[in-house]
Amino acid sequence: MTKEATQTDAQVKNKKPVSKKVDPYEGKNIKIVKDATCTFCGCVCDDMELTVDVDEHRILKAKKACVLGRAWFYEHKVDTRPGVLIDGKEATFQEGVEAAAQILIDAKFPTTYGMSDSTCESQRVTVEIMDTINGNIDTTTSVCHGPSGMAFQGVGESTATLGEVKNRADLVIYWGGNPAESHPRHFTRYAVTPKGMYIPNGKKDRTVVLVDVRRTPSTPVADIFMQVKPGKDFEVLWALRALVKGKKIANDIEKQTGVSREVLDDLVDRMKNCQFGVLFFGMGLTMTRGRHFNSGALLSLAADLNEFTHFVAKPVRGHGNVTGADNVVSWQTGYPFGVNFNRGYPRFNPGEFTTTDVLSRGEADAAMIIASDPASNFPKAAIEHMKKIPIISLDTKDTVTSSIAKVRFAVSTYGINTGGTVYRMDDVPITLRPAFESTYPGDQEVLEAIRDRVKKLLSGKKARVAA
Amino acid sequence: MSSELKIVNGRVYDPANNIDGKIQDIFIRDGKIVDSVSSSATKIDAHGMVVMPGAVDIHCHIAGAKVNLARKLQPEDHRLDVHPKTAHTRSGTGGVVPSTFATGYRYATMGYTTAMEAAVPPITARHTLEELDDTPVIDKGFYVLLGNNAFLLKLLKEGRKKEFKEAIAWWIDSVHAYTLKLVNVGADELWKGRKNANITNVNDNIDHYNITPTHVIESFIEAAHELGLPHPPHVHCNNLGHSGNISTTLDTMKAAQGRRVHMAHIQFHSFGGEVNKDAVSGVRSIIDYVNENENITTDVGQVMFGKATAMTADAPLAWMLRNVKMNKWINADTECESGCGIIPFTYQDHIYTHALQWAMGLELFLHSKDPWRVLLSTDHPNGGSFMSYPTLIKLLMDSAYRKEALSYVNQKAIDQTSLRELDREYTLSEIAIITRAGPARALGLKNKGHLGVGADADITIYTEEDDKEAMFNAPRYVIKDGVTVIKNHEFATDHKGKLLHTKPGYNADISQEIEPFFEDYYSVKFNNYAISEDYLHDHEVIPTHPKA
Amino acid sequence: MAETMILVPGRSQSQGTSLNEGKLEDEYKRVTSTAELNEKDMQRLKLKDGDKIKLKSDVGQTVVTCKGKKHEDLPLGMIFIPYGPPSSELMASDTAGTGMPLSKHMEVKVTKVK
Repeated sequence: MTKEATQTDAQVKNKKPVSKKVDPYEGKNIKIVKDATCTFCGCVCDDMELTVDVDEHRILKAKKACVLGRAWFYEHKVDTRPGVLIDGKEATFQEGVEAAAQILIDAKFPTTYGMSDSTCESQRVTVEIMDTINGNIDTTTSVCHGPSGMAFQGVGESTATLGEVKNRADLVIYWGGNPAESHPRHFTRYAVTPKGMYIPNGKKDRTVVLVDVRRTPSTPVADIFMQVKPGKDFEVLWALRALVKGKKIANDIEKQTGVSREVLDDLVDRMKNCQFGVLFFGMGLTMTRGRHFNSGALLSLAADLNEFTHFVAKPVRGHGNVTGADNVVSWQTGYPFGVNFNRGYPRFNPGEFTTTDVLSRGEADAAMIIASDPASNFPKAAIEHMKKIPIISLDTKDTVTSSIAKVRFAVSTYGINTGGTVYRMDDVPITLRPAFESTYPGDQEVLEAIRDRVKKLLSGKKARVAA
Repeated sequence: MSSELKIVNGRVYDPANNIDGKIQDIFIRDGKIVDSVSSSATKIDAHGMVVMPGAVDIHCHIAGAKVNLARKLQPEDHRLDVHPKTAHTRSGTGGVVPSTFATGYRYATMGYTTAMEAAVPPITARHTLEELDDTPVIDKGFYVLLGNNAFLLKLLKEGRKKEFKEAIAWWIDSVHAYTLKLVNVGADELWKGRKNANITNVNDNIDHYNITPTHVIESFIEAAHELGLPHPPHVHCNNLGHSGNISTTLDTMKAAQGRRVHMAHIQFHSFGGEVNKDAVSGVRSIIDYVNENENITTDVGQVMFGKATAMTADAPLAWMLRNVKMNKWINADTECESGCGIIPFTYQDHIYTHALQWAMGLELFLHSKDPWRVLLSTDHPNGGSFMSYPTLIKLLMDSAYRKEALSYVNQKAIDQTSLRELDREYTLSEIAIITRAGPARALGLKNKGHLGVGADADITIYTEEDDKEAMFNAPRYVIKDGVTVIKNHEFATDHKGKLLHTKPGYNADISQEIEPFFEDYYSVKFNNYAISEDYLHDHEVIPTHPKA
Repeated sequence: MAETMILVPGRSQSQGTSLNEGKLEDEYKRVTSTAELNEKDMQRLKLKDGDKIKLKSDVGQTVVTCKGKKHEDLPLGMIFIPYGPPSSELMASDTAGTGMPLSKHMEVKVTKVK
């Protein structure tokens, strides 16, 4: 797909402001990139104005970026580390590609993981590699909203793009998430404060509810804070479903869940009587007791409420393009994550083909990790196994994973150095406007080289087709 | 060096050129049909075989946001129908909503070389383009959903017809669509804004806009006419699936005022009877109107028994089905542009309404007087998979088979139709029209659907058999752009098709009108919305013929 | 005197900004090895800000620095920590057929490191 998003009029070189104030960029070669896209979190805000020092290869200012976005833009600057390391020693690009291709074709159970900080164009190539070598493919979805993906397959989802929430939602509920720290502009750009078509006064026209096991920096935004005992989200959601349908619930609900009957009744009343309600939910549901049952209960609650009013739900997704990874893997294989090509066609089974499992059980005998760091956040058993098998790593920064990799590629950063497409958490595809060139190739270029080499190496042998 | 191919001794059906089963040779050079080739050309001996242009699907749902949601929703359907890779082709999964690769390859194995995705909200068009790029073999395009577009409705409310036309052209051009699609016009505002309500009368005003759906439809048809789009607005009428909806459908056709319009999946819009009572067939009044009015083209949207998936921009319809099934359901609101509903569905022959719909589709085909305008579709996957086309062809070509099939389904439903009295059998030439020449002509694709000199060398070769289902189920050869993709029933190579789109001209000033609306009501920046041309891979612009 | 508590790892802003600097940098390591406890739990366990505590689960153990949170901000018996290598050390690998380890709800034994 497209390598470079067009920059058109946004590209203004050497333009000096006419103001008499001291010009902080005096003598610098400055370029302004308007309407650039931040790919740090799933909000994928596409209204950035980047001030780029072209000669120094760095972003000096990111107007409209949140605190996380500013760190994302300012900290990705030109690096001096070697482009390719094999066994910790510097190597050429070709040597790296050769070594990676060999690892992949020699393995009996090669797996790949990550992909959520990567463009859709790269993700498409990754799936193709795994299809070619009968490998296993999984994305960071499996340890993020994977359980919500399973719940979705079970009960469906009533959902909306974020602009519809901005235009219409008069009841906004966040469940098990802390957007103030994980998705800072979710409140300000999309769901709480903005004015919309039928929400002329912004936040004043909305009721905001926050549900969590602890108070967080997100709590102050809420009109109502509902604190649930840890691990009791399912019980609260199921009680709400019952109350919405006019059924009885246990008398000791408060003892079980920490939430009183009065608070539940009030919330049910608000949900049934709002004009357009939305339930955003985070990993407080997917990573705790109940997992996909929690997400399923929430999605079912939102669906049920459509018998009374208009109601939607949406998982608040994490990394910049994790939603793209779900989409790409789905359209190429039919399944969103945890896919295995071992039989020459895709099979899906969470718990079997998901990364935590194939690593912790010691099944994978090689792994390609793209823009992700499982060695620093996976369960201990998975990390121990990673240390025993050859790892190919593609990342913009050194990580624990890249430090244990047999073949390590330093790649440029999507959205900052390379163009392409990413999907916002609500499945809206957005294009990237890179700010400056990197000395490193993009992961798409590395992956295409590996793909071509793998195909070449396999062409001499019998193609890996269905057994 | 040019690549040359000749197909000799085949029985050729090329209705656009009045060739009806004549033994004739076909010559191909560099992907096009020519009048002769050199003696070194590769030869295919098609003795005992039927040669037809590659088929064209004028209405299906194969790529984009809603299709991918439906795909993700149904792992249970994929696991029963795997699509292994071959030495030349990628793997995938099938079922009623196949993966992109499986979709392209399977269309090819049905003899199809072009297919049109029928409903894409513009904000997600980029997604559709990515999926179409991963849909191999076939050429493809898509129709952009504009019938509930908040900005366009606002212009109509203000009576600004000129800007309305310019904005339509801007939208089609910005997302590289083929034509525009209207679905349940005006209903989105009620669905999203009035607690899941729907429009029941096309002559009632739309909330907040003070204009009727009929007025909106009429305005779109007029604008498309002036823009000279190769295919007119593709209309999914209001009240789909509701008893008595024929009056809505007739009102909609009349709104065209003699201008060209395409009525999508008209079977779903041909119910007689009264609202909220058991449906009866209203096919006669619909097909009579279509037969008499040459400005109208339609695809049938045949229901086939078995697994289907309702996937539609008509969110209230999917909600109605959800309340019947109480099974998993998707609703997806797209800001300022569209609604969407998805629900897995199985048509069962013993159920009255299902059997009635199946019979109504067949009635439409059998009462059609002009195969060029009443075209084959199942509204894939809404009425059933495109993989069921060969069975449908057999139902049309073989009246003994059809009468036997009739006897197995709900008899009360068949009693409501004229099907038992109909002995008509489609000829091979008529099949070639409703699957090839007709859709190509309706779409304005001058190089498709025929085998004359200058046409794209998209060709299907079938072994001639009495059992038409078996015959159409497995073409012996499929040639796309002159490349023999399927040879002796097996994939011989992979192939990438191209995107077909239009570029209606517009006055650039219109973007200054649209941009402030984006700032206020969209969640993406105006500058990031239009899709740059370098995003497209192989593509072909089909010319428009604007009225002066 | 070990006490069983619920460990809830999660994202925080400083975890998010520091990972952009680099996961092998000191700031990320500091942020991901600082655990928050209810100040009443801290008092009871005789802990003060900056003290080291050992967290031990069924699969592993790690030593982190503790920091008090107001009683109304963090329930009794709960520990919050930003995701990172220390939380991984304690995480069990069973996903119960989902692919997802129970990464936001771990029972840990807490002891003060002298």
